[in-house]
Amino acid sequence: MRYLPHTREDIAVMLQAVGLESMDALFSAIPDDCGRRDIPDLPEPLTEWELDEHMAALSGNGAVTGHHDNPHMVFLGAGRYEHFIPETISYLLGRSEFTTAYTPYQPEMSQGTLQAIYEYQTLTARLLGLDAANASLYDGASALAEALLMATRITRKKKVALSGLVHPHYRQVVQTYLRPSGIEIVDLPYLSNGTTDTSALGAMEDLAGVAVQSPNFWGCIEGLAEIGDMCEKSGTLFITVFTEPLAYALFKNPGDQGAHIACGEGQSLGIPRWFGGPGLGMFACRSQYMRNMPGRLVGQTEDKQGRRGFVLTLATREQHIRREKATSNICTNSSLCALMAAMYMASLGGTGIRELARLNYDKAAYLKGALQRAGFRIPFESPCFNEFVVEFPPGFKATYDRLLRRNIVAGLPLDPWYPELKHHYLLCVTETRTRSHMDAFVEEVTS
Amino acid sequence: MSKPLAPTGLNMNEPLLWEMDKPGRTAFSMPRHDVPSAPLHDDLAGDGPDFPDLNEMGVIRHYTRLSQWNFGVDTGMYPLGSCTMKYNPKINEKVSRLKGFAALHPMLPALMTQGALRLMAELERFLAEITAMDAVSLQPAAGAQGELAGMLLIHAYLKSLGVKRSKIIIPDTAHGTNPASAALCGYRPVRVTSGEKGILTPHAVSEVMDEDTAGIMITNPNTLGLFEENIKEIARIVHGKGGQVYCDGANMNAVMGMVHMGNSGVDVLHLNLHKTFSAPHGGGGPGAGPVCVANHLAPFLPVPRIVVKDGVYHLSEAFPQSVGRLHSFLGNFGVMIKAYAYILSMGAEGLKKASQLAVLNANYLKEKLKTVLHLPYDRPCMHECVFSDKFQRDQKITTLDMAKRLMDFGFHPPTIYFPLVVDGAIMIEPTETESLEEIDRFVEAFRIVTREASESPDLLRGSPKRCRVARLDETLAARRPCLMG
Ligand SMILES: Cc1ncc(COP(=O)(O)O)c(C=O)c1O
Repeated sequence: MRYLPHTREDIAVMLQAVGLESMDALFSAIPDDCGRRDIPDLPEPLTEWELDEHMAALSGNGAVTGHHDNPHMVFLGAGRYEHFIPETISYLLGRSEFTTAYTPYQPEMSQGTLQAIYEYQTLTARLLGLDAANASLYDGASALAEALLMATRITRKKKVALSGLVHPHYRQVVQTYLRPSGIEIVDLPYLSNGTTDTSALGAMEDLAGVAVQSPNFWGCIEGLAEIGDMCEKSGTLFITVFTEPLAYALFKNPGDQGAHIACGEGQSLGIPRWFGGPGLGMFACRSQYMRNMPGRLVGQTEDKQGRRGFVLTLATREQHIRREKATSNICTNSSLCALMAAMYMASLGGTGIRELARLNYDKAAYLKGALQRAGFRIPFESPCFNEFVVEFPPGFKATYDRLLRRNIVAGLPLDPWYPELKHHYLLCVTETRTRSHMDAFVEEVTS
Repeated sequence: MSKPLAPTGLNMNEPLLWEMDKPGRTAFSMPRHDVPSAPLHDDLAGDGPDFPDLNEMGVIRHYTRLSQWNFGVDTGMYPLGSCTMKYNPKINEKVSRLKGFAALHPMLPALMTQGALRLMAELERFLAEITAMDAVSLQPAAGAQGELAGMLLIHAYLKSLGVKRSKIIIPDTAHGTNPASAALCGYRPVRVTSGEKGILTPHAVSEVMDEDTAGIMITNPNTLGLFEENIKEIARIVHGKGGQVYCDGANMNAVMGMVHMGNSGVDVLHLNLHKTFSAPHGGGGPGAGPVCVANHLAPFLPVPRIVVKDGVYHLSEAFPQSVGRLHSFLGNFGVMIKAYAYILSMGAEGLKKASQLAVLNANYLKEKLKTVLHLPYDRPCMHECVFSDKFQRDQKITTLDMAKRLMDFGFHPPTIYFPLVVDGAIMIEPTETESLEEIDRFVEAFRIVTREASESPDLLRGSPKRCRVARLDETLAARRPCLMG
């Protein structure tokens, strides 16, 4: 096996050095009744070339755009977004000094990771309009759960409010994380314009935090500033969640609208969709809450000769020091994805990211307008970014299925989560869709 | 050592990204603006982020130079204990980036993702086979989330029996994530001390196990690199009082396909695909921490689960007893691909061989170093061995000093100051992919370092000398936190 360097002679030399007769003797500590005599039932090992072929075949039927043998047109967003990723990023990820390193526990040997993550934290904090970002969490959903837990720690209150327009999967994950601690979750309903109904908030005094997603699950931009004001008055922590951070290159960012914490998914910043993971849990807060943050933090410092350098810092929040009193149990995070996001943000730059966000906005507006003109209803009038809901006529399911057979995915049906929204579909358009794609799509759904 | 592995080389200075900003540059090929500009309300529009503008080569050089300040498994031996820094096969990287995987949307109709679902279903089965457990969920995003999943499973299972308990037993050798994960699930950790041999005794467990204790979290092989020989008896005690046994399987690299976890009394176990199954650690992640369970816990596994009907794979949430969802989607599929590719490349015999060689390497290294480093538990070890700085204390040389000096020889230091039960711990895990010659070089370097400790201790205190930076001031970083520029 090419991954194993030992020759028969090496093994003999080493066994002799440890004073044993056989490899089996190395395992004498395993009691007979814990060991096993059978061999696990696994396929015969494959050569590199067989593996390559097998994986190509397995991946071959995946419905993706731009796949030469099997091209699809997928209008799905809902937490995973199709964006162009510069070749530079995959090329740089081939730098295995980054990929094959561990968490930078030994800073003198890990300045590459550390500076890159410090830069990621900086760009993230700037994008979200907050003071401090961590080095990443697993994904958007667990980032939200961590934010809510953090709010309960800071306020010592055991109730949180969650918008019904937060991604349904995120709401499920929040329940999983919060249920054992006995934290009460209040669901906020929605208004007919497609945004969260926050009217009940005023009467809730014992809230640790309020979490609202913007752009929300239906793609609508929420009135964050107003919620921020309400929270400021009531001493409730305002958590802004997102699944599409690119929107903040065009719209006001969470921090400017009163968010104490902003968290969510960073996949759209240069990370492939990968069937849903790995993604990137982004997390930022105001500086006064820094010591309550979950996850790793990279900080700037100096070496013995006064040169700039970076280290993991404020570790006393973390599990390896604080154990059960830690701010989170997270250890391994999503560092390489954070690196990809940093490379992506650096590639776009301030000028490019505005332009790209505008392009997404304009494209979505174009398709929305075209569908509206074709006679379909746009039920929620609030402004959106690159996703929106369309109400198709009853019986559209047959059209949807016909389109699937023609390799077109006409968005995501919403009724599994919102049974009242029959024939409502969530559609997403990014810079990857050309005008002619969209025209062709409108033609397909109307024919 | 005739030739140190780390001579001083050409090493470029590189500023922070925003120190190179020149507005108007770009490294992005902007798609055509082929639609009209839509109106945008002024109230909504923001200023956009203050990002630096760079061009494409600027970005490439920046990250290429940063990468040169880093050390990875591909650079050299990285014997970080408890982290299993084995070689990360390159073919696995390639196949994980195949377009049909990398560009796949997780909410597509199942018929359009059959290959990916099949991969996951097969990987679940492979992991069940390797551990001899009954059912698997691949959803947890890393080891700690696997631990949380395990705690939630135990909580849900006990609840289904009408039982509510408040404590969990955790040995003093446990990784910090164990108590943190248990606490997230509302359990209060009760500490047990490992016995003289570095493993838990049934007696110690029976003293604390009671009817208010949900079970035990036991790491096997443990963080001292020792097999918990009494696991079966301990499980009997825990089960006898109505508790469940959680095994932290982060150290599975020592025993792939060699231990029958089910027969050992384990009810639930997590694996770290980013350690044992060769997925790279990415400088901190992403990982994947699947949980493997015995049949009685299977109904509680996270949803969605993969089910097969008439030869077609589907995702199903129809498991009313499930602990719920843990991840935004299905877990870290990109990492699963690499583990799957690794298992297919190794086969059952290959995995067993890998474990054997990992254990052989650790024992060999232990024999070679124990004359110069204090070995608190002088017993045959599994995949790693734990020394301490006791012999060097007379010279006032610490584990940290030796770790830093090792860098000058071109080796990544071992894990230090963990496990907590060994004062000044030096935890070395060579893994099976290091050759005899490489281990000999490491041993020799470490021997030189211990000699220097008595002959020229200041050399150690002033190390590292050959890295990009000298020793960094961590106290300063924590006292005046500067987390963004
Ligand atoms: C013994 C042990 N348990 C659990 C973990 C946690 O795993 P992860 O970092 O993937 O969350 C680790 C990893 O550091 C470990 O070494």
